[in-house]
Amino acid sequence: MAETTLAPTAGEAVATAEMPRSLRRGGHIALISGIVFLAVAISIPLFFRNFVVFQFTQMLVYAIAILGLNLLTGINGQFSLGHSAFYALGAYTAAILMDQYSVSYIWTLPAAGVVCFIAGFLFGLPALRLEGIYLALATFALAIATPQILKLSPLEHWTGGVQGIVIVKPDPPLWLPLNQDQWLYYFVLAVALLLYILARNLVKSRTGRALMAIRDNPIAARSMGINLSLYKSLAFGTSALYTGIAGALGAIIVQFVAPDSFTLVLSIAFLVGLVVGGVGWLPGAIFGGAFVLFVPNIAEGVSKGLSGAVYGVILILLIYLMPTGAAGFVRAVLSRFKA
Amino acid sequence: MELLGQQVLAGIATGAIYACMALAVVMIYQAIDHLNFAQGEMAMFSTFIAYQLMLWGFPYGIAFLLTIVISFAGGVFIDRVIFKPIHDAPILSHVVVFIALLAILNSAAGFIWDFTVKSFPSPFGSSPLFGSSLISAHQAGMVCVTLLLLLFLFFFFRYTRIGLSMRAAAANPASARLVGVRVGWMNALGWGMAAAIGAIAGILIAPVVFLEPNMMISILLYGFAGAVLGGLTSPAGAVIGGFTVGVVENLAGTFIPVVGGELKLPIALMLIVAVLVFKPSGLMGRTVVQRV
Amino acid sequence: MLSHKISRRGVALGIVAAGTFAASAAMAQKKYDSGATDTEIKLGNIMPYSGPASAYGIIGQVEAAYFKMINDQGGINGRKINFISYDDGYSPPKAVEQARKLVESDEVLFIFNPLGTPTNSATMKYMNAKKVPQLFVATGATKFSEDPKTNHWTMGWQPSYQTEGHIYAKYILTNHPNAKIGVLYQNDDYGKDVYKGLKDGLGDKAKTMIVADAPYEVSDPTIDSQILKLKASGVDLFMDITTPKFAAQAIKKVAEIGWKPTHILNNVSASVGSVFKPAGLENGIGVLSTGYLKDPSDPKTKDDPTLKEFFAFLDKYMPDADRSNLNLAYGYGVTQTVVQVLKQCGDELTRENVMKQAANLKNFRSAVFLEGIAANTSPSDYFVLEQLQMMKFTGQSWDFFGPILSSEAKS
Repeated sequence: MAETTLAPTAGEAVATAEMPRSLRRGGHIALISGIVFLAVAISIPLFFRNFVVFQFTQMLVYAIAILGLNLLTGINGQFSLGHSAFYALGAYTAAILMDQYSVSYIWTLPAAGVVCFIAGFLFGLPALRLEGIYLALATFALAIATPQILKLSPLEHWTGGVQGIVIVKPDPPLWLPLNQDQWLYYFVLAVALLLYILARNLVKSRTGRALMAIRDNPIAARSMGINLSLYKSLAFGTSALYTGIAGALGAIIVQFVAPDSFTLVLSIAFLVGLVVGGVGWLPGAIFGGAFVLFVPNIAEGVSKGLSGAVYGVILILLIYLMPTGAAGFVRAVLSRFKA
Repeated sequence: MELLGQQVLAGIATGAIYACMALAVVMIYQAIDHLNFAQGEMAMFSTFIAYQLMLWGFPYGIAFLLTIVISFAGGVFIDRVIFKPIHDAPILSHVVVFIALLAILNSAAGFIWDFTVKSFPSPFGSSPLFGSSLISAHQAGMVCVTLLLLLFLFFFFRYTRIGLSMRAAAANPASARLVGVRVGWMNALGWGMAAAIGAIAGILIAPVVFLEPNMMISILLYGFAGAVLGGLTSPAGAVIGGFTVGVVENLAGTFIPVVGGELKLPIALMLIVAVLVFKPSGLMGRTVVQRV
Repeated sequence: MLSHKISRRGVALGIVAAGTFAASAAMAQKKYDSGATDTEIKLGNIMPYSGPASAYGIIGQVEAAYFKMINDQGGINGRKINFISYDDGYSPPKAVEQARKLVESDEVLFIFNPLGTPTNSATMKYMNAKKVPQLFVATGATKFSEDPKTNHWTMGWQPSYQTEGHIYAKYILTNHPNAKIGVLYQNDDYGKDVYKGLKDGLGDKAKTMIVADAPYEVSDPTIDSQILKLKASGVDLFMDITTPKFAAQAIKKVAEIGWKPTHILNNVSASVGSVFKPAGLENGIGVLSTGYLKDPSDPKTKDDPTLKEFFAFLDKYMPDADRSNLNLAYGYGVTQTVVQVLKQCGDELTRENVMKQAANLKNFRSAVFLEGIAANTSPSDYFVLEQLQMMKFTGQSWDFFGPILSSEAKS
């Protein structure tokens, strides 16, 4: 049920972002689909049960994380298998601040963002020397190391060690007639939209063009006077910031963080979401988020014993149908629509 | 001092596992020019095929050979059927298909053979080697087989026509096609060989870590680390890389106080990353000159 | 003919259940929470059918099969069991999602035997806020049973990991007072829980007796290095806190390097079929452990009259299952316990009453429990099974020895 309503919704959402050049004329399509997406997104809590609202909230959280990864991989051309680490860092920042220092959940987001930006920037510095496969391995190492570092006994005082941290679910403001799940949904939606608009502006800015120039041809970019190491580290930092905020939101809605939540599997899920949505196309994140959350459930519904196999087959079929993810698919549909 | 010696030797023994896997990783990298995340699951599945053949009563040697043939065919099949249609898709789409393949093989193996650990026989036996209590006959055998395999690959890629064609097809498909190499089939051959080497790796590894659907997931990780450390373009580098990872990891776990035991893998990986920062194409890899 | 069959099984089950409480509860008038009707009881369950802990997925299959048998026999007090089991892949966020799906979308009466410490830790707060029972969680972590006041709706089932650690400490203090103990443990809350029980049980002597410890990660391919380290530390009593795959590796490796310490292996890996067989039966001779379930793969149990039911169940409902898998007995035992709870509930199938009856088990015995071990609970004592017996591996099966042990200190 949830899936059938989702498809058209998300399908409309695509045009809100920057379009490939050939489609820029279709600005009105972008506007209309943006409005339709917003209308549908806002009305979701009115029509669905709390549990489904919770699922959509989770989907938005994944979408933010994938958006962050897209800034790094899609826009700047750097590959990362380590984004579960930044997601974890954001989640733990939020959880520790709420649990030990009684910080309000709203303020944990900027904190998580700043911490992750710094971490991402610093990680980006040595990663500068690495390219392609080697960068993949370095980030891979980060993803593997994260749960083990979170479990480390000297840090147990803050992280709760293997036990993790349980946090309290925030209540909606008193003046709003919403329950906790609905409130969190709108809260996450607002954050997601804000982050999306910022990302879009970033990509369209001078900085964004520099990032893309580095992706397309690093040597040419350098000879045009672009400071490669600065921009690449910045891309890493910004990407980590997005993913970290997603992690903080994820911790708040799930009310629990533990090392086992942030394994390599999560990084792989982000990567799959990125490709399914479309590398380099920002609105694709919502498709990616939906895939990451809902497709495993569909697979399980088809066959319990072979759910992994069903998931894999769905994934392969999807790549067959749209080798460049939802981005290419939407592009093809729109161009046919105009012709 | 005695402990140091023991840990180094134990590291070499586990390193042999990683080296086997790293070799398979490099093999496929040579053929298709990227890392195959499903490599470990392919090896696991091949090992289960060998297990099934032995259950049906085939003797070890026959089962071993049959498995290699079946795996080779399976590798060719995967390339022709799954990857040919999306040949022009971006690299990341290929990576996602690897992940899909991984999920399918893992789930199917669990469904067919269930998830409990199974013992797998060793052709070398598990008695201590020469009465020494540090390394078992099987582990010694594994080191030998890995080195033999390496030797074989060295000659194959350097002196046989088909090996040279494969290298050409992977390194520069357009030019290779111009000189008459059938690039598509060379890719398929590369997949087949990678699958076959994976099968050998799996069959050698299974007696040590036991056979179960998840057995390869962590080993693949070490295999990657070894392959990348050694340089993805060099089979010899991969083998040395694999052994190095095994030894470094053991030493970190034993001799670094407080965090050593809990963080031995991260410490090993950090060291590798540090090496890569100074030698970006690995210990023995070729540096690729970039053209504008 | 069908009715004949039902009544015969019913009688047999009644004997096993030994319940005098069922009768008194049945007198109450019909009262339902969501998930229960005149004809059906909906039960939820969460299992790691995929992911790193998928070996335990078999437990969910046993449970489903057992409920199928119950339904074929007419259900519990005339109500069929609708057993809904979801996969969480051992991921805490997924577990929260599935728990919410079961409670809010499927509207189950309660969640039964969800598996895993991190996953249940993630859902515990939600379940208690929703006042939906999280009954008989499939983990031995102490935290799920130790605080019935705060976590009124959560209850464990198997003997807790810390209890088990205590029992080993007691055994060591009596039989090996001068042992040099080396501990190999899985670096997660299960491993640390058993280890803590051992340390607490040894008391002041823990510092001097434990001469070395070595953690391992589930992602480690082998534990050879850790074992060499323990051996080099002069350990003569090897405390092996590992899950099946690593336990099998440890047994094999210890034999291979010719090390001969007293080897105590935790109950999690006391399965002949999935640990000792792969490790080599002769390598495991003399290994000590504790148990609370009968091992159906043990030839000695073949003629055990109480296990006839169990074997008949397997023959009919799980003919393909590997009989040497100890998880079969686990699933069977825990499901019989929940069936007992539901029987005691009678027609008052409310969530409150489910917890009330679960906290009111008196000497309940499942067919697969060892002789002398029984489930006992009270509103202030949520530890369902707290007894274990020491056992020694003979090369074929386990030999139990000594008295049934329990630990006084529970937390």
